[in-house]
Amino acid sequence: MEQLQIMSATPDSALLDLPWRLPLAEWPADVLAALPRGISRHVVRFVRLGGRVLAIKEISESVAFREYELLRQLRKLEIPAVLPVGVVTGRKDDDGEPLEAALVTEHLAFSLPYRAVFSQAVRPDTATRLIDALAVLLVRLHLVGFYWGDVSLSNTLFRRDADQFAAYLVDAETGDLHRELSPGQRSYDLDLARTNIIGELMDLAAGELLDEDVDEIGIGNSLVERYTELWEALTGVEAFHADERWRVAARIESLNDLGFDVGELAITTDIDGTTVQIQPKVVDAGHHSRRLLRLTGLDVQDNQARRLLNDLDSYRAATDRQEDDEQLVAHDWLQTVFQPTVRAVPRELRRKLEPAQLFHEILDHRWFISEKAQRDVPMPEATASYVENVLRHRPDEKAILGLAPGEEDPEADHFHLST
Amino acid sequence: MATVTYDHATRIYPGTERPAVDALNLHIEDGEFLVLVGPSGCGKSTSLRMLAGLEDVNGGHIYIGDRDVTDVQPKDRDIAMVFQNYALYPHMSVADNMGFALKIAGTPKAEIRQRVEEAAKILDLSEYLDRKPKALSGGQRQRVAMGRAIVRQPQVFLMDEPLSNLDAKLRVQTRTQIASLQRRLGVTTVYVTHDQTEALTMGDRIAVLKDGLLQQVGTPREMYDTPANIFVAGFIGSPAMNIGTFDVKDGRAQVGHATVPLDRSVISKLTDADNGKVSIGFRPEALDVVGEGTEDAFQIQVNLVEELGSDAFIYGDLKSSSADLHSGSSDQVIVRVDPRRTPMKGDTIHVTIKTGQAHVFSAATGERLS
Repeated sequence: MEQLQIMSATPDSALLDLPWRLPLAEWPADVLAALPRGISRHVVRFVRLGGRVLAIKEISESVAFREYELLRQLRKLEIPAVLPVGVVTGRKDDDGEPLEAALVTEHLAFSLPYRAVFSQAVRPDTATRLIDALAVLLVRLHLVGFYWGDVSLSNTLFRRDADQFAAYLVDAETGDLHRELSPGQRSYDLDLARTNIIGELMDLAAGELLDEDVDEIGIGNSLVERYTELWEALTGVEAFHADERWRVAARIESLNDLGFDVGELAITTDIDGTTVQIQPKVVDAGHHSRRLLRLTGLDVQDNQARRLLNDLDSYRAATDRQEDDEQLVAHDWLQTVFQPTVRAVPRELRRKLEPAQLFHEILDHRWFISEKAQRDVPMPEATASYVENVLRHRPDEKAILGLAPGEEDPEADHFHLST
Repeated sequence: MATVTYDHATRIYPGTERPAVDALNLHIEDGEFLVLVGPSGCGKSTSLRMLAGLEDVNGGHIYIGDRDVTDVQPKDRDIAMVFQNYALYPHMSVADNMGFALKIAGTPKAEIRQRVEEAAKILDLSEYLDRKPKALSGGQRQRVAMGRAIVRQPQVFLMDEPLSNLDAKLRVQTRTQIASLQRRLGVTTVYVTHDQTEALTMGDRIAVLKDGLLQQVGTPREMYDTPANIFVAGFIGSPAMNIGTFDVKDGRAQVGHATVPLDRSVISKLTDADNGKVSIGFRPEALDVVGEGTEDAFQIQVNLVEELGSDAFIYGDLKSSSADLHSGSSDQVIVRVDPRRTPMKGDTIHVTIKTGQAHVFSAATGERLS
């Protein structure tokens, strides 16, 4: 009797077509999009299904349901994390022997595993930018009460975010959602993150994938520093004299600059009212992306949004429309600047980068060639130059997954606990 | 190495009234393997995380050795959470995989090598030290992960349901490995599980918790033979102990057709609150099947016979009684019988409780009286 059960908030009947009667490690190459690189605790495979790429992980039933629920809760809390698709249970092989449950998540389009970032050998400060992104993610998780338990570069995916990276949580298996985290939980998570990151960098160094000058321990320590600074900026108490009230607005502005909105700010004074204390109580990441979404309907990452908003501001100044309604100007900018630029990129090259990232890079490129030519290069010309000289030579980043089926993994096999 | 002491340690989560862990007093000996066990929400994981420094302690103290660690940062407590991180690094040798945390801490190279070699010897990994993890089997890779904790030479190992994401077969195998390894290393270990079988097979001593309160602590044998209250009696043992509440008349409990004599010391402990009743428990193996008419025998109607080869269990109902007598979460009485002489479904069997194997509890408080 068939007892396969799929629990999913977004049911997709195509899931039923996958060969659930086979152990994941034995799935035929024709259903696989790719195999993961490196050593992982469980068997993981990527499949392509109806235009999406799904990651499937074999894991015990209770752990699968737990992780699925946690990922759903993180989505509700607007934490950048992979999208949970469902849990498949009741699997049996052809002899009726039970198979492990499977957790299905949607692979994040345009995301990069850290190994892929390093193997591209892009910029010398790549490691620092990854660490910055991870620090932001960890702070955001801790703000909502999520204890990760196994923070590492390999449990994170990175997406280009203008000239930075944005980090997404991939693996919540060891995590726990609390009402609020104790300082001990935060410090343990951070210490574990430091150890894991240094270990991962040492591993890249041992595989000669990392520049020899890179100081692994220094980078690990910089995560602790970045995290601590950001945590302090977001949650610290600030006290000042009552006649320095401008500092309230300044604090909010500095948090906006860091990409956070202040949802709730506690203001207290001492008895005679000479000293004021302020402490942000609720902060939400995504300040710029929310503003851009409100103005244009574009849903992009925060640094990309910041870049687009800056361009919108210059457009407003250049067209002398400072007095006009901001939303109307934004609409015109979208119609006459953003969309024509993205559309000018040949369709087959668009899948290399997200539209907002393309636009950001074209802006960068325009600045670069304008300086060289000593004149203001217009957008269409900059776009054409960018496509020919840059984009054509870039790898396709829509789905960087790992190894093609059949390809030999140079970095060993898959760590599965059953021998 | 060190002892661990919980001294009235209390954890109250913000916004809740009842403490998650309520004034826990527990002393763990140097080198001891202590298992914290109980149903979900009993406070076992919270107790472990308080020791790890991951939960604030709102009242009382926690000591490692003589040192009060109540307010010490997790990384300064000299403890290791085993199995927290078992990602192995493919480009690094097994030795580097085991020793990299020491390298980060700035331990001299020669000392790292020495500690790694010692750990490898205990873990049967000596010949693999210079190979890559790729060359290892799944079981060996898991031992590398244990090696990471061992080389740090912590005072205490902490393990929070480490087997929960393994399949049933590997769980049994790994459980034995962890227990024997702990005995060889002699490092004080606190282990959390919800599985009483795991607790009985692994721990030197077991602490049972419920609703944030320590119910009983003792050796597996003590917990099984003399449970301190009805909760422990029902929780420890599989299949669970049969427990029911019966009227007391003339110094005897009225069990169906029969009566069970009660010790005079038990009778003297009854109070008004017990309302003339006692709770009696007996394990499935504590019954003798006897002939009809035997003194003190009561009757069980057989509903199901479960044959397991070496054992057979009967699931049935107590006849002629309105008392609710059942085993654990089932609503039936369970009797272990000789697998070569099993009754048929629908039969009635006569059983008596073996001498000294009845557990008597207060009907009012659930505390042990016998």
